[in-house]
Amino acid sequence: MEKFTKITSIATPFPRVNVDTDIIIPAKHLKSIKRTGFAAGAFESVRYDNDGNLIKDNVFDGPKYEGAQILIAGDNFGCGSSREHAPWAIGEMGYRCIIAPSFADIFAGNCIKNGILTVSLPQEDVDALVIAAEAGNDITVDLDEQTVTCGNAQYSFDFNPTHKDMLMEGLDEIGRTLKSSGAISDFETKQKLMTPWLYREG
Amino acid sequence: MPKTMYDKIWDNHLVEERGEGVGLIYIDRHLVHEVTSPQAFDGLRAAGRDIRRRDSIIAVPDHNVPTKDRDQKNPDDMSVAQLEALEANSREFNLDYIPMADARQGIVHVIGPEQGFTQPGVTMVCGDSHTSTHGAFGAFAIGIGTSEVEHVMATQTLLLKKAKNMRVTVRGELPVGCSAKDVALAIIGAVGTAGGTGHVIEYAGPVIESLTMEGRMTLCNMSIEAGARAGLVAPDEKTFEYIKGRPYAPKAGQWEAAVGFWGSLRSDDGAKFDKEIVLEGSEIVPQVTWGTSPEDVVPVTGEVPQPESFAEPSKQEGAQKALDYMGLQAGQKITDIAVDRVFVGSCTNSRIEDMRAVAEVIKGRRKADTVKEVLIVPGSGLVKAQAEEEGLDKIFEDAGFEWREPGCSMCLAMNADKALPGEHVASTSNRNFVGRQGPGARTHLVSPAMAAAAAIAGHFVDVRDF
Repeated sequence: MEKFTKITSIATPFPRVNVDTDIIIPAKHLKSIKRTGFAAGAFESVRYDNDGNLIKDNVFDGPKYEGAQILIAGDNFGCGSSREHAPWAIGEMGYRCIIAPSFADIFAGNCIKNGILTVSLPQEDVDALVIAAEAGNDITVDLDEQTVTCGNAQYSFDFNPTHKDMLMEGLDEIGRTLKSSGAISDFETKQKLMTPWLYREG
Repeated sequence: MPKTMYDKIWDNHLVEERGEGVGLIYIDRHLVHEVTSPQAFDGLRAAGRDIRRRDSIIAVPDHNVPTKDRDQKNPDDMSVAQLEALEANSREFNLDYIPMADARQGIVHVIGPEQGFTQPGVTMVCGDSHTSTHGAFGAFAIGIGTSEVEHVMATQTLLLKKAKNMRVTVRGELPVGCSAKDVALAIIGAVGTAGGTGHVIEYAGPVIESLTMEGRMTLCNMSIEAGARAGLVAPDEKTFEYIKGRPYAPKAGQWEAAVGFWGSLRSDDGAKFDKEIVLEGSEIVPQVTWGTSPEDVVPVTGEVPQPESFAEPSKQEGAQKALDYMGLQAGQKITDIAVDRVFVGSCTNSRIEDMRAVAEVIKGRRKADTVKEVLIVPGSGLVKAQAEEEGLDKIFEDAGFEWREPGCSMCLAMNADKALPGEHVASTSNRNFVGRQGPGARTHLVSPAMAAAAAIAGHFVDVRDF
């Protein structure tokens, strides 16, 4: 996983509220058995009309925001399904960071596992960043310092320290957890005595 | 200190504290389906890792299985690839696998309980957000992403941040004609789709206690639509009775101990909840959604709201967008909305009780000519067999409905079951998101009884007067 420390980029403004994972990647595009290939169908209802024609000037395809690594989003972003295809698609589109007033729990967890930083800021700060994004201004997100900087404005954000380590180090979480194999085995020994019906033979 | 049920299950499964409220949590049960698992199996293979406990897993295809013509070649090559991958992976890792042709095949969240795999006090995961369904048994059950699916397979644990406790109490009695689905929608209407974010919701009160296990599953299923990753109902005699004798249930020698343990799980008196919501059951009316988020819900006796009636500008804008998408006018009566298609099914409402509710409403009547198609999709092969034994399939067919094979079907339109652009669908599923049932399709979430009544009338009607 690519490490996340600090990025500076223009940002795509997409401040719609309650953007669900079906908007991010509709179910019909979930049929790949790989982790890639989801960008083409991402945000389909925002990018294409019902006849499948690309909508002119949509924020994701126009030249204005080309190369943006930051997405400025609306409240409760990523609600709905647990599909990790949503952050896979967003990552494939080139985004490394999403800034919104709030995120749905499962989606936020899935982002971390794919090296995408989710930053929660108060609505008024997000509103200010939307204006900055629309003006084509650069935004800097520094995970180590936990700050978002845009021109003279600087915003601090909270972030879980465990998740911060994971993103900054680009760690394999399974490898880390397997270091606790002994504790897991001990737990199983104890649980097997307490609730033996949860274990089957073989 | 008094503990909530969630606190108890958390403590019972804590392998290691990691600070800041994060814990390494042991996972007892894992349901696997074809859409969110292939990349997890690939990850295991790439890293040369094995599955830690095969006996914690049931694998079954559900999301994109066809619901008819199963004896013919599936024309969707991508679906076939996922279905074949699940079968091949299940064989390679030697998992309990229920193939499509098996009588037990069905939606993961229907078969887990049906097989007795879902039990009180367990931690349970699946790569599907509606895993919250299993909370109906007092299981801490959450939806996870594919990386977490792989993590659980390899380590039997998840790194989780402990959620806050929220209690939703529904007092009094539910009026005749209202169901668990109406309770779920009324709760989401009251708290919003982010009202439960960061929380586990425990449902309590006389209305919840009076619900059948099927009803409790419907309710917990939609916890995620209120933003909560999990819902919980305290296990009671109904719960134990439901589990008893099922294939994965504790066997005779262990049954008494299991029931004793399960009885100790309910929240202690005086346990602290971070957030409390109280609803009056008697005030709940059959619900219908009008917009593109489950919180866009009103009683069937109501009207499509005015966007200006919302306080925040972002909500006003969202409501206007929703009305444009849905092709509805503010102020329009809900009962004036014509229905083009009806879908009864999904992990929310595809159990035997749901099938019976539909049959009871439609018995001796036929679908309106203006309704193009009514799909009745049972949640599992066992639900299908039970319904047929009771003669419900005949009632459906006599009404002009289609009786299909089990699967997720038109809930998320991953198979051939789709609505067309602009069509209004009365649906017993859980999400009315843009394009969820097909590009441009307009979903209205309702209970099975309300969907059945709409199929007959050709528009929404109050099933209490039907």
